[in-house]
Amino acid sequence: MKLNLPLYLMMVPGLIYLIFNNYIPMSFTVIAFKNFNFQKGVWGSDFVGLSNFKTLFSTRDSRIIFRNTLAYNLVFIVVSLVIGLGIAILLDELRSKKAKRVYQMAYLIPYMISITVVSYIVYALLSTDTGFLNTSVLKTLGQDRISWYSTPKYWPLILVLVNQWKWLGYNSIIYYSSVISIDGSFYEAACIDGATRFQRIRYITIPVIRSTIITMTLLQLGSIFKSDFGLFYQVPMDSSALMNVTNTIDTYVYRGIKSVGTMGMSSAAGLFQSVVGFVLVLAANAVVRKIDKDSAIF
Amino acid sequence: MIKRDRVFQTVANLILFVIALFCLLPILLLISSSISNETEILHKGYSLLPRKLDFSTYVYVLNGVNGILKSYGVSLAVTVIGTVLNLVITVLYAYPISRKDLKGRSFFSFLLFFTILFNGGFIPTYMMWTNTFHIKNTYLAYLLPNLLMNGFYVIMARNFFSANIPSELIESAKMDGAGEFRTLYSIVLPMAKPIIATLGLFVSLNYWNDWQNGLYYITDDKMYSLQVLLNRMLLDSMYAQQGLSKTANSIGAAAPSATLKMAIAALGTLPVLIIFPFVSKYLTGGIVVGAVKG
Repeated sequence: MKLNLPLYLMMVPGLIYLIFNNYIPMSFTVIAFKNFNFQKGVWGSDFVGLSNFKTLFSTRDSRIIFRNTLAYNLVFIVVSLVIGLGIAILLDELRSKKAKRVYQMAYLIPYMISITVVSYIVYALLSTDTGFLNTSVLKTLGQDRISWYSTPKYWPLILVLVNQWKWLGYNSIIYYSSVISIDGSFYEAACIDGATRFQRIRYITIPVIRSTIITMTLLQLGSIFKSDFGLFYQVPMDSSALMNVTNTIDTYVYRGIKSVGTMGMSSAAGLFQSVVGFVLVLAANAVVRKIDKDSAIF
Repeated sequence: MIKRDRVFQTVANLILFVIALFCLLPILLLISSSISNETEILHKGYSLLPRKLDFSTYVYVLNGVNGILKSYGVSLAVTVIGTVLNLVITVLYAYPISRKDLKGRSFFSFLLFFTILFNGGFIPTYMMWTNTFHIKNTYLAYLLPNLLMNGFYVIMARNFFSANIPSELIESAKMDGAGEFRTLYSIVLPMAKPIIATLGLFVSLNYWNDWQNGLYYITDDKMYSLQVLLNRMLLDSMYAQQGLSKTANSIGAAAPSATLKMAIAALGTLPVLIIFPFVSKYLTGGIVVGAVKG
Protein backbone atom coordinates (compact mmCIF):
# COMPACT_ATOMS: atom_id res chain seq x y z
CA MET A 1 0.00 0.00 0.00
CA LYS A 2 1.51 3.32 -0.94
CA LEU A 3 1.17 6.40 1.25
CA ASN A 4 -1.68 8.57 0.15
CA LEU A 5 0.04 11.96 0.13
CA PRO A 6 -2.98 14.21 -0.61
CA LEU A 7 -4.82 12.87 2.44
CA TYR A 8 -1.88 13.85 4.66
CA LEU A 9 -1.69 17.25 3.01
CA MET A 10 -5.30 17.85 3.97
CA MET A 11 -4.45 17.41 7.62
CA VAL A 12 -1.59 19.92 7.61
CA PRO A 13 -3.59 23.03 8.65
CA GLY A 14 -5.25 21.13 11.48
CA LEU A 15 -1.95 19.65 12.63
CA ILE A 16 -0.25 23.04 12.67
CA TYR A 17 -3.09 24.43 14.73
CA LEU A 18 -3.05 21.55 17.21
CA ILE A 19 0.70 21.94 17.66
CA PHE A 20 0.57 25.66 18.38
CA ASN A 21 -2.74 25.95 20.19
CA ASN A 22 -2.50 22.72 22.17
CA TYR A 23 0.74 20.78 22.23
CA ILE A 24 3.35 23.50 22.69
CA PRO A 25 1.25 25.17 25.42
CA MET A 26 1.14 21.79 27.18
CA SER A 27 4.90 21.98 27.49
CA PHE A 28 4.56 25.49 28.92
CA THR A 29 2.91 24.03 31.98
CA VAL A 30 6.47 23.86 33.39
CA ILE A 31 5.77 27.46 34.45
CA ALA A 32 3.98 25.92 37.40
CA PHE A 33 7.36 24.64 38.62
CA LYS A 34 9.20 27.90 37.99
CA ASN A 35 9.55 31.32 39.47
CA PHE A 36 8.22 32.93 36.34
CA ASN A 37 9.89 36.06 35.09
CA PHE A 38 8.72 37.78 31.89
CA GLN A 39 12.25 38.85 30.94
CA LYS A 40 13.64 35.35 31.24
CA GLY A 41 10.67 33.71 29.53
CA VAL A 42 9.16 30.27 30.00
CA TRP A 43 12.36 28.24 29.66
CA GLY A 44 14.81 30.74 31.19
CA SER A 45 12.97 31.30 34.47
CA ASP A 46 14.37 29.69 37.60
CA PHE A 47 13.18 26.23 38.54
CA VAL A 48 11.65 26.17 42.00
CA GLY A 49 10.24 22.65 42.23
CA LEU A 50 6.93 22.32 44.00
CA SER A 51 7.10 25.59 45.87
CA ASN A 52 4.29 27.19 43.82
CA PHE A 53 2.03 24.31 44.74
CA LYS A 54 3.04 24.51 48.40
CA THR A 55 2.30 28.23 48.51
CA LEU A 56 -0.95 27.74 46.63
CA PHE A 57 -2.29 25.06 48.92
CA SER A 58 -1.35 26.95 52.05
CA THR A 59 -3.31 30.06 51.08
CA ARG A 60 -6.86 30.76 52.15
CA ASP A 61 -7.62 31.50 48.49
CA SER A 62 -6.95 27.92 47.49
CA ARG A 63 -9.41 26.54 50.03
CA ILE A 64 -12.05 28.93 48.72
CA ILE A 65 -11.51 28.31 45.01
CA PHE A 66 -11.47 24.53 45.37
CA ARG A 67 -14.46 24.56 47.71
CA ASN A 68 -16.44 26.82 45.37
CA THR A 69 -15.58 24.92 42.21
CA LEU A 70 -16.46 21.55 43.70
CA ALA A 71 -19.56 22.64 45.60
CA TYR A 72 -21.12 24.53 42.70
CA ASN A 73 -20.45 21.65 40.33
CA LEU A 74 -22.01 19.11 42.67
CA VAL A 75 -25.13 21.24 43.05
CA PHE A 76 -25.25 21.87 39.28
CA ILE A 77 -25.03 18.14 38.57
CA VAL A 78 -27.90 17.23 40.91
CA VAL A 79 -30.14 20.14 39.91
CA SER A 80 -29.49 19.60 36.18
CA LEU A 81 -30.39 15.96 36.49
CA VAL A 82 -33.63 16.55 38.40
CA ILE A 83 -34.83 19.43 36.23
CA GLY A 84 -33.61 18.05 32.90
CA LEU A 85 -35.09 14.63 33.49
CA GLY A 86 -38.28 16.06 34.98
CA ILE A 87 -38.89 18.25 31.95
CA ALA A 88 -38.08 15.38 29.57
CA ILE A 89 -40.64 13.09 31.24
CA LEU A 90 -43.34 15.75 31.34
CA LEU A 91 -42.73 16.60 27.69
CA ASP A 92 -42.99 12.94 26.77
CA GLU A 93 -46.29 12.57 28.62
CA LEU A 94 -47.82 15.61 26.91
CA ARG A 95 -50.32 14.72 24.21
CA SER A 96 -50.11 17.85 22.11
CA LYS A 97 -47.23 17.60 19.64
CA LYS A 98 -47.35 21.30 19.00
CA ALA A 99 -47.02 22.14 22.70
CA LYS A 100 -43.99 19.84 22.95
CA ARG A 101 -42.27 21.70 20.14
CA VAL A 102 -43.11 25.16 21.46
CA TYR A 103 -41.86 24.36 24.96
CA GLN A 104 -38.64 22.86 23.67
CA MET A 105 -37.94 25.93 21.58
CA ALA A 106 -38.64 28.26 24.49
CA TYR A 107 -36.24 26.33 26.72
CA LEU A 108 -33.47 26.41 24.15
CA ILE A 109 -33.35 30.15 23.53
CA PRO A 110 -31.27 30.98 26.63
CA TYR A 111 -28.68 28.40 25.52
CA MET A 112 -27.88 30.56 22.50
CA ILE A 113 -27.46 33.81 24.39
CA SER A 114 -23.93 34.88 25.25
CA ILE A 115 -22.94 34.97 28.89
CA THR A 116 -22.14 38.67 28.45
CA VAL A 117 -25.74 39.40 27.54
CA VAL A 118 -26.87 37.09 30.35
CA SER A 119 -24.96 39.30 32.76
CA TYR A 120 -26.85 42.33 31.41
CA ILE A 121 -30.13 40.58 32.04
CA VAL A 122 -29.03 39.68 35.55
CA TYR A 123 -28.01 43.31 36.02
CA ALA A 124 -31.45 44.47 34.87
CA LEU A 125 -32.91 42.19 37.53
CA LEU A 126 -30.51 42.90 40.38
CA SER A 127 -29.16 46.44 40.02
CA THR A 128 -29.68 48.20 43.36
CA ASP A 129 -31.21 51.41 42.00
CA THR A 130 -32.98 50.29 38.86
CA GLY A 131 -33.15 46.48 39.05
CA PHE A 132 -36.48 44.82 38.48
CA LEU A 133 -36.36 42.87 41.74
CA ASN A 134 -35.71 45.92 43.91
CA THR A 135 -37.94 48.41 42.14
CA SER A 136 -40.85 46.16 41.24
CA VAL A 137 -40.95 42.91 43.20
CA LEU A 138 -39.55 43.93 46.60
CA LYS A 139 -41.31 47.28 46.47
CA THR A 140 -44.68 45.63 45.85
CA LEU A 141 -44.01 43.30 48.76
CA GLY A 142 -43.15 46.29 50.90
CA GLN A 143 -39.58 45.09 51.45
CA ASP A 144 -36.39 47.15 51.59
CA ARG A 145 -34.01 47.24 48.65
CA ILE A 146 -31.18 44.75 48.67
CA SER A 147 -27.72 45.58 47.47
CA TRP A 148 -27.39 42.33 45.55
CA TYR A 149 -23.91 42.83 44.14
CA SER A 150 -22.40 43.31 47.56
CA THR A 151 -24.32 40.66 49.49
CA PRO A 152 -22.61 37.28 49.08
CA LYS A 153 -25.27 35.14 50.75
CA TYR A 154 -27.69 35.33 47.82
CA TRP A 155 -25.17 34.39 45.16
CA PRO A 156 -25.06 30.62 45.49
CA LEU A 157 -28.77 30.57 44.68
CA ILE A 158 -28.49 33.22 41.96
CA LEU A 159 -25.68 31.34 40.22
CA VAL A 160 -27.57 28.05 40.35
CA LEU A 161 -30.63 29.75 38.85
CA VAL A 162 -28.65 31.47 36.11
CA ASN A 163 -26.87 28.23 35.28
CA GLN A 164 -30.18 26.38 35.05
CA TRP A 165 -31.68 29.15 32.97
CA LYS A 166 -28.89 28.72 30.45
CA TRP A 167 -28.65 24.92 30.44
CA LEU A 168 -32.06 23.42 31.22
CA GLY A 169 -33.04 23.40 27.55
CA TYR A 170 -29.85 21.60 26.62
CA ASN A 171 -30.15 19.04 29.44
CA SER A 172 -33.81 18.32 28.83
CA ILE A 173 -33.18 17.77 25.10
CA ILE A 174 -30.58 15.12 25.84
CA TYR A 175 -32.87 13.30 28.27
CA TYR A 176 -35.90 13.78 26.05
CA SER A 177 -34.16 12.26 23.03
CA SER A 178 -33.36 9.27 25.18
CA VAL A 179 -36.90 9.01 26.60
CA ILE A 180 -38.60 9.09 23.19
CA SER A 181 -36.37 6.30 21.93
CA ILE A 182 -38.08 3.91 24.36
CA ASP A 183 -40.08 1.25 22.56
CA GLY A 184 -43.79 2.20 22.74
CA SER A 185 -44.87 -1.41 23.20
CA PHE A 186 -43.44 -1.39 26.74
CA TYR A 187 -45.91 1.29 27.66
CA GLU A 188 -48.82 -0.40 25.93
CA ALA A 189 -48.15 -3.63 27.80
CA ALA A 190 -47.94 -1.70 31.06
CA CYS A 191 -51.24 0.05 30.32
CA ILE A 192 -52.97 -3.23 29.65
CA ASP A 193 -51.66 -4.50 32.97
CA GLY A 194 -53.23 -1.45 34.59
CA ALA A 195 -50.03 0.35 35.56
CA THR A 196 -50.50 3.94 36.66
CA ARG A 197 -48.62 6.74 34.99
CA PHE A 198 -46.32 7.03 37.97
CA GLN A 199 -45.59 3.30 37.89
CA ARG A 200 -44.82 3.49 34.16
CA ILE A 201 -42.33 6.28 34.74
CA ARG A 202 -40.83 4.59 37.77
CA TYR A 203 -40.53 1.09 36.33
CA ILE A 204 -40.06 1.67 32.59
CA THR A 205 -38.86 5.15 31.70
CA ILE A 206 -36.21 5.62 34.36
CA PRO A 207 -34.70 2.12 34.20
CA VAL A 208 -34.51 2.20 30.40
CA ILE A 209 -32.75 5.55 30.22
CA ARG A 210 -30.61 4.71 33.24
CA SER A 211 -27.47 4.54 31.14
CA THR A 212 -28.03 8.04 29.75
CA ILE A 213 -28.46 9.34 33.29
CA ILE A 214 -25.31 7.60 34.48
CA THR A 215 -23.27 8.70 31.48
CA MET A 216 -24.32 12.33 31.75
CA THR A 217 -23.63 12.39 35.46
CA LEU A 218 -20.25 10.71 35.18
CA LEU A 219 -19.14 13.03 32.41
CA GLN A 220 -20.12 16.00 34.53
CA LEU A 221 -18.26 14.48 37.48
CA GLY A 222 -15.26 14.22 35.17
CA SER A 223 -15.27 17.99 34.73
CA ILE A 224 -15.96 18.78 38.35
CA PHE A 225 -12.76 20.84 38.61
CA LYS A 226 -13.76 23.04 35.69
CA SER A 227 -15.97 26.07 36.00
CA ASP A 228 -17.75 28.30 33.54
CA PHE A 229 -15.53 31.39 33.57
CA GLY A 230 -18.27 33.70 32.29
CA LEU A 231 -20.78 32.57 34.89
CA PHE A 232 -18.44 33.21 37.79
CA TYR A 233 -16.57 36.26 36.49
CA GLN A 234 -18.94 38.17 34.24
CA VAL A 235 -22.34 37.52 35.82
CA PRO A 236 -21.31 38.77 39.31
CA MET A 237 -19.61 41.64 37.46
CA ASP A 238 -16.19 40.85 38.98
CA SER A 239 -17.52 42.33 42.22
CA SER A 240 -14.84 42.10 44.90
CA ALA A 241 -17.45 41.93 47.66
CA LEU A 242 -18.68 38.59 46.28
CA MET A 243 -15.27 36.97 45.82
CA ASN A 244 -15.82 34.50 48.66
CA VAL A 245 -18.69 32.82 46.86
CA THR A 246 -17.76 33.50 43.22
CA ASN A 247 -14.03 32.82 43.02
CA THR A 248 -13.38 29.49 41.30
CA ILE A 249 -10.25 27.88 39.87
CA ASP A 250 -10.84 29.47 36.47
CA THR A 251 -11.42 33.00 37.71
CA TYR A 252 -8.45 32.67 40.04
CA VAL A 253 -6.18 31.54 37.22
CA TYR A 254 -7.32 34.45 35.03
CA ARG A 255 -6.71 36.97 37.80
CA GLY A 256 -3.18 35.59 37.99
CA ILE A 257 -2.11 37.16 34.68
CA LYS A 258 -3.10 40.56 35.97
CA SER A 259 -0.76 40.51 38.95
CA VAL A 260 2.70 39.03 38.54
CA GLY A 261 2.92 38.08 42.22
CA THR A 262 0.38 35.26 41.86
CA MET A 263 1.38 34.08 38.40
CA GLY A 264 3.22 31.02 39.74
CA MET A 265 0.33 29.98 41.94
CA SER A 266 -2.15 30.57 39.13
CA SER A 267 -0.15 28.33 36.83
CA ALA A 268 0.03 25.73 39.56
CA ALA A 269 -3.75 25.91 40.06
CA GLY A 270 -4.26 25.64 36.30
CA LEU A 271 -1.98 22.62 35.97
CA PHE A 272 -3.58 20.95 38.97
CA GLN A 273 -6.99 21.50 37.34
CA SER A 274 -5.85 20.04 34.01
CA VAL A 275 -4.18 16.98 35.51
CA VAL A 276 -6.93 16.12 37.96
CA GLY A 277 -9.54 16.80 35.27
CA PHE A 278 -7.71 14.43 32.91
CA VAL A 279 -7.55 11.65 35.50
CA LEU A 280 -11.21 12.13 36.42
CA VAL A 281 -12.38 11.97 32.80
CA LEU A 282 -10.41 8.76 32.26
CA ALA A 283 -11.85 7.29 35.45
CA ALA A 284 -15.40 8.37 34.61
CA ASN A 285 -15.08 6.90 31.15
CA ALA A 286 -13.72 3.61 32.51
CA VAL A 287 -16.78 3.33 34.76
CA VAL A 288 -19.17 4.22 31.94
CA ARG A 289 -17.54 1.53 29.80
CA LYS A 290 -18.26 -1.05 32.48
CA ILE A 291 -21.91 -0.04 32.72
CA ASP A 292 -22.76 0.61 29.12
CA LYS A 293 -20.14 0.20 26.44
CA ASP A 294 -21.98 2.25 23.83
CA SER A 295 -22.19 5.30 26.02
CA ALA A 296 -18.47 5.49 26.72
CA ILE A 297 -16.73 8.31 24.90
CA PHE A 298 -13.77 6.10 24.04
CA MET B 1 -59.13 7.38 33.89
CA ILE B 2 -59.81 9.89 31.14
CA LYS B 3 -60.73 12.54 33.65
CA ARG B 4 -57.54 11.90 35.58
CA ASP B 5 -55.56 12.17 32.41
CA ARG B 6 -57.09 15.56 31.70
CA VAL B 7 -56.05 16.72 35.15
CA PHE B 8 -52.54 15.41 34.54
CA GLN B 9 -52.29 17.12 31.16
CA THR B 10 -53.35 20.40 32.71
CA VAL B 11 -50.88 20.14 35.56
CA ALA B 12 -48.04 19.10 33.22
CA ASN B 13 -48.85 21.97 30.89
CA LEU B 14 -48.91 24.36 33.78
CA ILE B 15 -45.49 23.29 35.04
CA LEU B 16 -43.95 23.38 31.57
CA PHE B 17 -45.54 26.76 30.93
CA VAL B 18 -44.09 28.23 34.12
CA ILE B 19 -40.65 26.95 33.11
CA ALA B 20 -41.12 28.53 29.68
CA LEU B 21 -41.91 31.84 31.39
CA PHE B 22 -38.77 31.43 33.50
CA CYS B 23 -36.79 31.08 30.27
CA LEU B 24 -38.46 33.86 28.29
CA LEU B 25 -39.36 36.62 30.75
CA PRO B 26 -35.73 37.66 31.34
CA ILE B 27 -35.35 38.15 27.59
CA LEU B 28 -38.53 40.21 27.54
CA LEU B 29 -37.07 42.30 30.36
CA LEU B 30 -33.95 42.94 28.29
CA ILE B 31 -35.86 43.96 25.17
CA SER B 32 -38.37 46.11 27.04
CA SER B 33 -35.59 47.88 28.89
CA SER B 34 -33.91 48.75 25.63
CA ILE B 35 -37.01 50.46 24.21
CA SER B 36 -37.99 52.30 27.35
CA ASN B 37 -37.63 55.94 28.23
CA GLU B 38 -34.37 56.61 30.11
CA THR B 39 -35.85 58.87 32.79
CA GLU B 40 -38.65 56.42 33.51
CA ILE B 41 -36.09 53.67 34.09
CA LEU B 42 -33.91 55.82 36.30
CA HIS B 43 -36.91 56.69 38.45
CA LYS B 44 -38.91 53.50 38.48
CA GLY B 45 -36.47 50.82 37.42
CA TYR B 46 -36.41 48.21 34.65
CA SER B 47 -39.78 46.72 33.84
CA LEU B 48 -41.13 43.71 31.95
CA LEU B 49 -43.14 45.94 29.64
CA PRO B 50 -42.02 49.45 28.67
CA ARG B 51 -43.84 52.12 30.70
CA LYS B 52 -43.12 54.65 28.00
CA LEU B 53 -41.87 53.58 24.56
CA ASP B 54 -38.69 55.31 23.47
CA PHE B 55 -36.45 54.17 20.63
CA SER B 56 -33.91 56.95 21.01
CA THR B 57 -31.18 54.57 22.17
CA TYR B 58 -31.43 52.67 18.91
CA VAL B 59 -31.20 55.92 16.97
CA TYR B 60 -28.16 56.74 19.07
CA VAL B 61 -26.57 53.39 18.25
CA LEU B 62 -27.38 53.59 14.56
CA ASN B 63 -25.83 57.06 14.37
CA GLY B 64 -22.60 55.31 15.12
CA VAL B 65 -21.68 57.03 18.37
CA ASN B 66 -19.12 55.30 20.59
CA GLY B 67 -18.00 52.92 17.89
CA ILE B 68 -20.84 50.54 18.55
CA LEU B 69 -21.51 49.99 14.88
CA LYS B 70 -17.86 49.29 14.33
CA SER B 71 -17.79 46.68 17.06
CA TYR B 72 -20.84 45.13 15.44
CA GLY B 73 -18.86 44.96 12.21
CA VAL B 74 -15.89 43.40 13.99
CA SER B 75 -18.11 40.71 15.49
CA LEU B 76 -19.75 40.00 12.16
CA ALA B 77 -16.46 39.79 10.25
CA VAL B 78 -14.83 37.61 12.91
CA THR B 79 -17.83 35.30 12.93
CA VAL B 80 -17.92 34.87 9.16
CA ILE B 81 -14.17 34.47 8.64
CA GLY B 82 -13.74 32.31 11.73
CA THR B 83 -16.58 29.99 10.82
CA VAL B 84 -15.38 29.49 7.26
CA LEU B 85 -11.78 28.83 8.35
CA ASN B 86 -12.91 26.52 11.13
CA LEU B 87 -15.12 24.48 8.81
CA VAL B 88 -12.36 24.17 6.19
CA ILE B 89 -9.81 22.99 8.77
CA THR B 90 -12.35 20.68 10.41
CA VAL B 91 -13.43 18.99 7.19
CA LEU B 92 -9.84 18.69 5.95
CA TYR B 93 -8.85 16.94 9.16
CA ALA B 94 -12.01 14.90 9.68
CA TYR B 95 -12.17 13.42 6.18
CA PRO B 96 -8.75 11.71 6.14
CA ILE B 97 -9.22 10.21 9.61
CA SER B 98 -12.59 8.86 8.50
CA ARG B 99 -10.87 6.88 5.74
CA LYS B 100 -10.13 3.31 6.75
CA ASP B 101 -7.28 3.10 4.24
CA LEU B 102 -5.30 5.94 5.83
CA LYS B 103 -2.03 4.75 7.32
CA GLY B 104 -1.52 6.12 10.82
CA ARG B 105 -5.22 6.83 11.10
CA SER B 106 -5.42 5.99 14.78
CA PHE B 107 -2.34 8.09 15.53
CA PHE B 108 -3.89 11.18 13.92
CA SER B 109 -7.21 10.52 15.62
CA PHE B 110 -5.48 10.22 18.97
CA LEU B 111 -3.52 13.41 18.40
CA LEU B 112 -6.84 15.17 18.04
CA PHE B 113 -8.66 13.34 20.77
CA PHE B 114 -5.98 13.94 23.37
CA THR B 115 -6.53 17.71 23.08
CA ILE B 116 -10.10 17.18 24.25
CA LEU B 117 -8.98 15.25 27.31
CA PHE B 118 -6.03 17.37 28.32
CA ASN B 119 -5.08 20.96 27.86
CA GLY B 120 -2.29 23.13 29.13
CA GLY B 121 -4.73 25.51 30.70
CA PHE B 122 -5.21 29.20 30.33
CA ILE B 123 -1.81 30.62 31.24
CA PRO B 124 0.30 28.43 28.90
CA THR B 125 -2.08 29.14 26.01
CA TYR B 126 -1.94 32.82 26.81
CA MET B 127 1.89 32.68 26.78
CA MET B 128 1.89 30.96 23.42
CA TRP B 129 -0.32 33.50 21.70
CA THR B 130 1.14 36.61 23.29
CA ASN B 131 4.87 35.82 23.55
CA THR B 132 5.38 33.74 20.43
CA PHE B 133 2.74 35.10 18.07
CA HIS B 134 2.26 38.58 19.52
CA ILE B 135 -1.43 38.63 18.73
CA LYS B 136 -2.20 41.07 21.52
CA ASN B 137 -4.27 43.91 20.09
CA THR B 138 -4.57 42.42 16.62
CA TYR B 139 -7.77 41.11 15.11
CA LEU B 140 -6.17 37.67 14.92
CA ALA B 141 -6.75 37.47 18.67
CA TYR B 142 -10.45 37.03 18.00
CA LEU B 143 -9.88 34.30 15.43
CA LEU B 144 -7.03 32.11 16.55
CA PRO B 145 -6.96 31.09 20.21
CA ASN B 146 -9.06 28.01 20.96
CA LEU B 147 -11.93 28.70 18.57
CA LEU B 148 -10.37 27.85 15.22
CA MET B 149 -10.61 24.10 15.67
CA ASN B 150 -12.58 22.10 18.19
CA GLY B 151 -11.79 18.44 18.75
CA PHE B 152 -15.42 17.55 19.46
CA TYR B 153 -16.59 19.03 16.19
CA VAL B 154 -13.89 17.27 14.18
CA ILE B 155 -14.92 13.97 15.74
CA MET B 156 -18.58 14.67 14.96
CA ALA B 157 -17.62 15.34 11.34
CA ARG B 158 -15.44 12.21 11.20
CA ASN B 159 -18.29 10.09 12.57
CA PHE B 160 -20.64 11.54 10.00
CA PHE B 161 -18.25 10.75 7.14
CA SER B 162 -17.66 7.22 8.41
CA ALA B 163 -21.36 6.51 8.73
CA ASN B 164 -22.67 8.19 5.58
CA ILE B 165 -20.05 8.07 2.85
CA PRO B 166 -19.76 4.53 1.47
CA SER B 167 -16.17 3.60 0.66
CA GLU B 168 -17.37 2.12 -2.67
CA LEU B 169 -18.31 5.61 -3.74
CA ILE B 170 -14.82 6.90 -3.02
CA GLU B 171 -13.32 3.86 -4.78
CA SER B 172 -15.37 4.45 -7.89
CA ALA B 173 -14.41 8.14 -7.95
CA LYS B 174 -10.81 7.02 -7.85
CA MET B 175 -11.40 4.63 -10.77
CA ASP B 176 -12.76 7.56 -12.73
CA GLY B 177 -9.44 9.27 -12.15
CA ALA B 178 -10.49 11.84 -9.58
CA GLY B 179 -7.79 12.94 -7.14
CA GLU B 180 -8.38 13.02 -3.38
CA PHE B 181 -9.11 16.75 -3.24
CA ARG B 182 -11.47 16.45 -6.19
CA THR B 183 -13.30 13.53 -4.54
CA LEU B 184 -13.64 15.44 -1.30
CA TYR B 185 -14.90 18.53 -3.04
CA SER B 186 -17.36 17.09 -5.52
CA ILE B 187 -18.53 13.87 -3.91
CA VAL B 188 -18.06 13.97 -0.14
CA LEU B 189 -18.91 17.61 0.52
CA PRO B 190 -22.32 17.64 -1.19
CA MET B 191 -23.29 14.63 0.92
CA ALA B 192 -22.05 16.27 4.10
CA LYS B 193 -24.38 19.26 4.04
CA PRO B 194 -26.30 18.33 7.23
CA ILE B 195 -23.19 18.00 9.39
CA ILE B 196 -21.64 21.13 7.90
CA ALA B 197 -24.81 23.09 8.65
CA THR B 198 -24.90 21.79 12.22
CA LEU B 199 -21.23 22.47 12.91
CA GLY B 200 -21.41 25.83 11.13
CA LEU B 201 -24.20 26.81 13.48
CA PHE B 202 -22.26 25.87 16.61
CA VAL B 203 -19.01 27.42 15.42
CA SER B 204 -20.63 30.69 14.39
CA LEU B 205 -22.47 30.83 17.69
CA ASN B 206 -19.16 30.32 19.50
CA TYR B 207 -17.51 33.12 17.52
CA TRP B 208 -20.41 35.53 17.81
CA ASN B 209 -20.80 34.97 21.55
CA ASP B 210 -17.11 34.87 22.38
CA TRP B 211 -15.82 37.55 24.70
CA GLN B 212 -12.98 35.76 26.44
CA ASN B 213 -10.43 36.11 23.64
CA GLY B 214 -11.24 39.80 23.58
CA LEU B 215 -10.92 40.05 27.35
CA TYR B 216 -7.55 38.29 27.35
CA TYR B 217 -5.90 39.79 24.30
CA ILE B 218 -7.55 43.10 23.34
CA THR B 219 -6.96 46.25 25.36
CA ASP B 220 -7.38 48.77 22.54
CA ASP B 221 -10.99 49.96 22.75
CA LYS B 222 -11.07 50.78 19.02
CA MET B 223 -10.80 47.08 18.29
CA TYR B 224 -13.57 45.86 20.57
CA SER B 225 -16.02 43.32 19.24
CA LEU B 226 -19.60 43.65 20.39
CA GLN B 227 -19.31 41.15 23.24
CA VAL B 228 -16.06 42.68 24.45
CA LEU B 229 -17.60 46.14 24.34
CA LEU B 230 -20.57 44.84 26.34
CA ASN B 231 -18.28 43.19 28.86
CA ARG B 232 -16.19 46.37 29.22
CA MET B 233 -19.21 48.62 29.67
CA LEU B 234 -20.76 46.49 32.37
CA LEU B 235 -17.58 45.90 34.35
CA ASP B 236 -16.58 49.57 34.09
CA SER B 237 -19.86 50.63 35.63
CA MET B 238 -19.14 48.22 38.47
CA TYR B 239 -15.59 49.48 38.95
CA ALA B 240 -16.85 53.05 38.91
CA GLN B 241 -19.29 52.15 41.70
CA GLN B 242 -16.51 50.61 43.73
CA GLY B 243 -14.34 53.66 43.08
CA LEU B 244 -11.67 51.69 41.29
CA SER B 245 -11.82 52.81 37.71
CA LYS B 246 -9.54 50.37 35.89
CA THR B 247 -9.52 52.10 32.53
CA ALA B 248 -9.14 55.86 32.56
CA ASN B 249 -11.25 56.74 29.52
CA SER B 250 -13.80 54.03 30.12
CA ILE B 251 -16.68 53.66 27.72
CA GLY B 252 -19.12 52.79 30.48
CA ALA B 253 -18.68 56.15 32.14
CA ALA B 254 -19.17 58.21 28.99
CA ALA B 255 -22.25 56.46 27.65
CA PRO B 256 -25.84 57.17 28.66
CA SER B 257 -26.40 54.38 31.05
CA ALA B 258 -29.54 52.48 31.74
CA THR B 259 -31.28 52.02 28.40
CA LEU B 260 -28.35 52.24 26.01
CA LYS B 261 -26.64 49.36 27.75
CA MET B 262 -29.69 47.21 27.28
CA ALA B 263 -30.09 48.31 23.67
CA ILE B 264 -26.57 47.21 22.82
CA ALA B 265 -27.08 43.94 24.64
CA ALA B 266 -30.37 43.43 22.82
CA LEU B 267 -28.70 44.18 19.49
CA GLY B 268 -26.02 41.66 20.37
CA THR B 269 -28.68 39.00 20.80
CA LEU B 270 -30.87 40.02 17.90
CA PRO B 271 -29.06 38.05 15.16
CA VAL B 272 -29.19 34.95 17.32
CA LEU B 273 -32.90 35.38 18.01
CA ILE B 274 -33.64 36.00 14.34
CA ILE B 275 -31.92 32.87 13.07
CA PHE B 276 -33.21 30.72 15.95
CA PRO B 277 -36.52 29.56 14.38
CA PHE B 278 -34.66 28.48 11.24
CA VAL B 279 -31.83 26.67 12.95
CA SER B 280 -33.47 25.16 16.03
CA LYS B 281 -33.70 21.82 14.24
CA TYR B 282 -29.94 21.72 13.61
CA LEU B 283 -29.31 22.95 17.12
CA THR B 284 -31.37 20.18 18.67
CA GLY B 285 -29.84 17.62 16.35
CA GLY B 286 -26.33 18.79 17.17
CA ILE B 287 -26.95 18.63 20.90
CA VAL B 288 -28.34 15.12 20.69
CA VAL B 289 -25.57 13.77 18.46
CA GLY B 290 -22.60 15.44 19.99
CA ALA B 291 -23.60 16.44 23.49
CA VAL B 292 -21.41 19.37 22.55
CA LYS B 293 -21.00 21.14 25.81
CA GLY B 294 -18.84 24.25 25.79
